[in-house]
Amino acid sequence: MSHQHRLDTGAEFEAVIGLEVHCQLATESKIFCSCPARRVEGKSVSEIAPNLNSCPICAAHPGTLPVLNRKVVEYAIRAGLATHCTIAKNNVFARKNYFYPDLPKGYQISQYDKPICENGFIEISTGSVLRKIPIQRIHMEEDAGKSVHSGSYTTVNLNRAGVPLVEIVSGPDLRSAEEAGAYLRALYAIVTYIGICDGNLQEGNFRCDANVSVMPKGSKVLGTRAEIKNVNSFKFVEKAIEYEIVRQISVIQGGGKIVQETRTYDADQDITISMRSKEEAHDYRYFPDPDLVSVQIDDAWIERVRKSLPELPEQKKTRYVEELGLSVYDAGVLTGSQTLAGFFEQVLELLEKSGIAAKSGAKPVANLLTGEVARRLNEEAIEITQSLLKPEHLSDAVQLLQSEALSSTGAKQLLSIAWKTGEKVSVIVSREGLTQVSDVSTLEPAIDQVIAANPKQVGAFRAAPEENAKLIGFFVGQVMKATGGKANPGMLQELIKTRLLKG
Amino acid sequence: MKISEIHDAFDQKTLSVLQITQQYLAAAQASKHNAFLTICDQRALDQARKADQVLAREGKVPREKLPLFGIPLAIKDLLTIEGVRTTCASKMLENYVPPYTSTAVARLEAAGAITLGKLNMDEFAMGGSNENSAFGPVEHPTHPGYVPGGSSGGSATAVKAKLCFASLGTDTGGSIRLPASYCGVVGMKPTYGMISRFGLVAFASSLDQVGPMTETVEDAARLLEVMAGNDPLDSTTTPTKNFPILSEAMKEPNWSGLRIGIPQEYTSKGGLTPEVDRAIQKSLKWFEAQGAKLVPVSLPHTKYAVSIYYIVAVSEASSNLSRMDGVRFGVRNKDADQAPNLAGFYKKVRSGFGPEVKRRIILGTFALSSGYYDAYYKRACQVRRLVKNDFDQAFTQCDVIAAPVSQSTAFKRGEKLSDPLAMYLNDIFTIPANLAGLPALSVPCGADSRGLSIGLQLMGPQYSDGKLLSVARAFEVAHSADTATAQSGARS
Repeated sequence: MSHQHRLDTGAEFEAVIGLEVHCQLATESKIFCSCPARRVEGKSVSEIAPNLNSCPICAAHPGTLPVLNRKVVEYAIRAGLATHCTIAKNNVFARKNYFYPDLPKGYQISQYDKPICENGFIEISTGSVLRKIPIQRIHMEEDAGKSVHSGSYTTVNLNRAGVPLVEIVSGPDLRSAEEAGAYLRALYAIVTYIGICDGNLQEGNFRCDANVSVMPKGSKVLGTRAEIKNVNSFKFVEKAIEYEIVRQISVIQGGGKIVQETRTYDADQDITISMRSKEEAHDYRYFPDPDLVSVQIDDAWIERVRKSLPELPEQKKTRYVEELGLSVYDAGVLTGSQTLAGFFEQVLELLEKSGIAAKSGAKPVANLLTGEVARRLNEEAIEITQSLLKPEHLSDAVQLLQSEALSSTGAKQLLSIAWKTGEKVSVIVSREGLTQVSDVSTLEPAIDQVIAANPKQVGAFRAAPEENAKLIGFFVGQVMKATGGKANPGMLQELIKTRLLKG
Repeated sequence: MKISEIHDAFDQKTLSVLQITQQYLAAAQASKHNAFLTICDQRALDQARKADQVLAREGKVPREKLPLFGIPLAIKDLLTIEGVRTTCASKMLENYVPPYTSTAVARLEAAGAITLGKLNMDEFAMGGSNENSAFGPVEHPTHPGYVPGGSSGGSATAVKAKLCFASLGTDTGGSIRLPASYCGVVGMKPTYGMISRFGLVAFASSLDQVGPMTETVEDAARLLEVMAGNDPLDSTTTPTKNFPILSEAMKEPNWSGLRIGIPQEYTSKGGLTPEVDRAIQKSLKWFEAQGAKLVPVSLPHTKYAVSIYYIVAVSEASSNLSRMDGVRFGVRNKDADQAPNLAGFYKKVRSGFGPEVKRRIILGTFALSSGYYDAYYKRACQVRRLVKNDFDQAFTQCDVIAAPVSQSTAFKRGEKLSDPLAMYLNDIFTIPANLAGLPALSVPCGADSRGLSIGLQLMGPQYSDGKLLSVARAFEVAHSADTATAQSGARS
């Protein structure tokens, strides 16, 4: 939000953003050979020694030929169905020709004029606004290798050359950095839910190029766009777009023109920098790859894939709201990550086994997960499955809450200890003395003391109980303080009210 | 001698695998034809010794299991063999040693064949005279000073000059059939997809096919049968695993039911020399005499074939050869390393291609470039479809098409070098089969007044390879005396 104040000056402009996401498919082997694509002996392909994960085919030895990994097609169909796309029956791979040292064949095998998926959409929500963002196309392609520049020379690592990708292209329909962020998060949730992407952002499993342009508000003619390349964190994409919008508006307002160019985002300075202009753009000389036969996808295949799809984030969200009575916000947070949603559902299952129906357990579980737990997950940038927290912690905590043996404050304390130690709930509760006091004989002496110590407030209340009802809160607070926060607040309120009115 | 006769000699112990291997190696080493680029003598001798051990153990040749047992072959230097230098007759790959073996060679060796070495050719298979090799031209096997044809010129010469028993060539627009015709050997381009292209360094992927070059049709059938069939490493191969090609080839054709198509466009125009025309006409009369019916057929799009070919082939080539960029493949000398930037580096590296290859890369790059793609590449692909349709139509009227391989016999070295277009037009009779993916072969059918061999081309529908070979074999058996006389007469 650092540029927010400057954005106000551009009130007469609006931004148009389109995103291209390169999503690495989680297939076991590469797209055109049998080299591993995800892990080699427990390590990711980018972690092992350079060029160890390559063979004559992905290293483009003369005479080698690509053979398509069928799983890649299946995963692309999954992506298409999950984003409401039409699946092409006849699929052709094309060669995208250009010279670069990390492109071993001198061309990338991709899809050109006939992508496997077209004309879909995904739903995003920013605040309380729900929007459908069009997906123009999804196509399959191979990743290139990696150039590592070190001073006067460059080395090439082909470990990831031939790793399968889908490129997912949105329509130019996003209007703000915030919307772009929401789109990316929603798309990320989808591809990880349907199991086609491992979603490791650090390893570049989900990379984004953003096309950004601005135009006068209400205009029908799009402005000249700049493409921001390869940003791999959602936060940085948002910041880069924000910066770029401000930059373009200020260029135009200063009487300048936007040049069509490729820019890169420098996170340290929080600015975008020009990489190359359109004049240096490639002529990729696309043509159908004669080494590959066309891939026919029949309805039966599509239906098999459709049936194998899990419940998607948006379906889950609707179910959480409609069937479990959660707020749209809570449902959104829970379904934003597949692991969090899975965790949530495991807690509900445990509760059901203990006789607490999903409908009555959902709200307290959601409160705990979307508050304290979600905050910590964000802070540490991990998935809940990577934490020490187990579904049992949540189900035990909610049971204690429901039997009023634990206060909501106590529950928060309990989870923050469990987060750090992973200890059992019973162990933590008894050691830390977190049990809530609901015993009248323990609470009454404390109430007596507080009433005796505050005659002024007692007098005020008794003189006009209706007008001074809020004073009950004051007494509750005092007793809480006296009992170290362990008193059952509901019970306390009733007891104090009765006691005060009794005189 | 045929393979079956060599096997008999092995059985009778009048010949050992080591002996025949040594004989061929000696001939190859002594030869002045420049047919071999690499002779792998140690590797071949090792293979031969192992084969003799098998022979000693089994008592006789295991013909069923190893149909090419102990047969010394040589391979066009466009096909990879693990650990053996594969140059493609280019400076760009002068020191390239592949880490894997092509499927075609792997299958031949698995069937018992001995590999003597790698054969000269036109650089990256681009050429029709074998004058485009970075390592010098190949000499014609019987007529010094003449070209052996190309691009598989080394493969044809080596067979004819008995530097190997049989060889592999590759055919993108006639590169097996033309040198077979010029040198007087049998050469076959099988149906596209019949033999795996895995390990065949690509010139034009949608046209390239590996094929046998042999002295006899029967042996071509044996080699083809061993190599044919699906390869999981090449998605463009046939799904069928095995083809009973040899047994089909050995059958006597049903002459009275055989309709031989004579394409009107191949005979009326096309600049046929009278001597070639006469030899073809004589062959056709022989077929008629056997009871076959000669049927005039029309292939109206033939006139576009050369143009289409030189768009499709060069386009694919421009992309296929991109990996020779100096990063991992290609000439990377000090000059290139000192280039100020990447563009300068590529410029230096890629100047290592020969002139014909450069010409084709430039043409192909142009044909695929934005703004020209629709007019050239795309349109060529559309017309290619029409060429194929011509054949489909023709094969409703006939079973086999007979035609010349080339307008003329072998020419003198240097004669057409300055006129690439004339060289391109020389492929007019062979290119259509590549465009349509059909099987086609060249079988010797006579000689001109100088004793230079003339080839008869037979083409058939997809996967009629066995049938084509049976017709060619019957023809060869009846004519072997003629062609032998013609050539030995010229030699003496």
